[in-house]
Amino acid sequence: MRRRSRAIAGVAVLALGAGLAACAPADDTPVLTWYTNPDAGGQALLAQQCTEEAGGAYRIEVSVLPRDASSQREQLARRLAAADSSIDLMSLDPPFIPELANAGFLAPVPEEIADQVSQDVAEGALQGASWGDELVTVPFWANTQLLWYKKSVAEAAGLDPAEAPVTWDQVMDAARDQDLTLGVQGIKAEAYTVWINALVESAGGHIVETPEAPAEDVALGLESDAGREAARIIGEIGADRLGGAGLPTQDENASLTQFQGDSGSFMVNWPFVWPAMQGAVEDGTLDQSFLDDVGWAVYPQVAEGTDAAPPYGGINLGVGAFSEHVDEAYEAAACIVQPENQAAYFVSDGNPPSSTVAYDDPEVQETFPMADVIRQSLEQAAPRPQTPYYNEVSQGLQETWHPPASVDPESTPQESTDFITAVLRGERLL
Amino acid sequence: MSTEITGATAGTTERATRGAGPERRSKPVRSDRARAEARLGWLLAGPAFVVMLAVTAYPILQAVYDSLFRYRLTAPDDRAFVGLGNYGVVLGDPVFWQSLGVTTVIMVITVAIELVLGFALALVMHRAITRLRGLLRTAILVPYGIITVVSAFAWFYAFDISSGYVNSWFDWVPGISEDLNWFAGRGTSLFVIIASEVWKTTPFISLLLLAGLAQVPGDLEEAAQVDGATWWQRMKRVVLPNMKAAIMVAVLFRALDAFRIFDNVFIMTNGANGTTVLSLLAYRTSIGRLEIGLGSAISVLLFACVIVICFVAIKIFKVDLAGARGEK
Repeated sequence: MRRRSRAIAGVAVLALGAGLAACAPADDTPVLTWYTNPDAGGQALLAQQCTEEAGGAYRIEVSVLPRDASSQREQLARRLAAADSSIDLMSLDPPFIPELANAGFLAPVPEEIADQVSQDVAEGALQGASWGDELVTVPFWANTQLLWYKKSVAEAAGLDPAEAPVTWDQVMDAARDQDLTLGVQGIKAEAYTVWINALVESAGGHIVETPEAPAEDVALGLESDAGREAARIIGEIGADRLGGAGLPTQDENASLTQFQGDSGSFMVNWPFVWPAMQGAVEDGTLDQSFLDDVGWAVYPQVAEGTDAAPPYGGINLGVGAFSEHVDEAYEAAACIVQPENQAAYFVSDGNPPSSTVAYDDPEVQETFPMADVIRQSLEQAAPRPQTPYYNEVSQGLQETWHPPASVDPESTPQESTDFITAVLRGERLL
Repeated sequence: MSTEITGATAGTTERATRGAGPERRSKPVRSDRARAEARLGWLLAGPAFVVMLAVTAYPILQAVYDSLFRYRLTAPDDRAFVGLGNYGVVLGDPVFWQSLGVTTVIMVITVAIELVLGFALALVMHRAITRLRGLLRTAILVPYGIITVVSAFAWFYAFDISSGYVNSWFDWVPGISEDLNWFAGRGTSLFVIIASEVWKTTPFISLLLLAGLAQVPGDLEEAAQVDGATWWQRMKRVVLPNMKAAIMVAVLFRALDAFRIFDNVFIMTNGANGTTVLSLLAYRTSIGRLEIGLGSAISVLLFACVIVICFVAIKIFKVDLAGARGEK
């Protein structure tokens, strides 16, 4: 009997404890949870700033998502499918926005907010934040890849990419002649799709011709001159080992490591490499003379004389459709993406603004001598296929185009078209 | 289950000693003690049984149900019943059979290596001087205590072409050079995956075998030794037959574990170069593509494979697990 009463007392204490814990936050400020992609801490700082600016209207708490974009999408999509009301703000990778928008997982953007956040935004970034002519997310930062090179190598090859745009063939010849390696992303991951898409778009084609069609009607544009030309470049870099032995597993970080080594020559990569290299110099792992030798230019062309279409990436802010604080979340998003915040974020984390006026910030100009090249690159940039089935398209490409050395312009474009079409129709596994 | 068997055995024994009259052979009468034991067995196992039903049986049934639909998480309104259509797609796809092959290869090789290594380690632990035994067991158990994802990353970075040290340490081995990209080819990727799996789980199998070794009566071995049996004869005729149940448990547990391998492949290659295993295929379909129906069908087939392995293992070893309790 005594034992039982003690047990009841225990349960009562537990219940009381739980009740107390639930009542603990005394103030009723709405708490917005912002799911961010991992960065150097800049988004957490912006969250804090905007919380202070809001003066009690809301409080933003940051929750960090997994490291790679695909895992971020997996987590958010699963939670949104379960109508998770804790998702107020999300840092979204643009290629996955159509899928979430199409499924109704994003709260519609209020008109006044849409007007406010689309002012002075680079065209590519605006496109990436939309789905079917409508703004569905708030443009935040816009990324693009540049061609990074060692001035000494370019000079030896008789090239000056900063003066006149170079072509892929010129870059490949330079690496081949000097027995050096090119920094490209051949890993079987999203980074590889970024490369394939940039080549196809630069050659004037599109991977997906009908991005808004339902799954079984999606038409691919790989079986074209543009698709074959992209396949030729990738296949040649792979077969001639121009990317080095690490090419089939090389991601952006591995490219940077290789570029910093003796065999590095040219590299296509996002601007984060600049602060990374500067950090390495400060840490003493890299010589200042190396940094002085690094040059940058707009992405290489596929056909001489035709402007390249560099990769477009970045992060846009989405508001969860099941959030209990949609209005506050949009106010917070508008606060986060103010041009001065974007400029500060660029300086602190190395992620370029989507706002064109942010590039005029003196601190940006000083920290990133290549800021104007980035802005120009963003103007030329082309997004990856904006279809709700992007994941299938991207993984299907990786499945059929990997490893780079196996890519054959005669067969790979057709193989990948057949495979992706079958997957979209539900006839094949990925 | 085992309680039932014990009860039945006890009943038969009692009948035999009492020399009771004609009874129906199919259903022996149980004694009060056997019945009480069976009841106690259910009472003791009951809560665990209920929990098992909730956390295991329910998800399995849900997966079977989901596998009959065309269902994409981002298009819940398009959900449609397709019967066994998903199974048709999966079984008709070379990707599935290739993954099944890779998974089986990994399972067979790892279990074979681990069984030999694990037995050697168990012998060492069993025979080690008492003073060293505790230390030795702890040392051997360290890899097993490491989280699989962590050990997978450790092995990945050791072999990775840009950050790894294996290539420069072992460049004297033919075939290994600074230029060897372990994760760019199928054979080399599988080698690292299997090696890391063996390193990590051999301690588990050796512990199970150690328990088996401890069950072998010492006087049997001594008698054999007195009779002039060599070490090998003692192992083959005395030790191994007496620990058959332990070996069976070790092989079965490890085979099932190895068949469901995921972490190592996910971290090291993520299925590149034809290293996709079944669990990864199920993950990629359900979690990556959000195709719940198709993914559930793969999971159900994976589950079916696991049952087949269980069944085959029990048949091959012809071991009644109750025998391990020394009742036979």
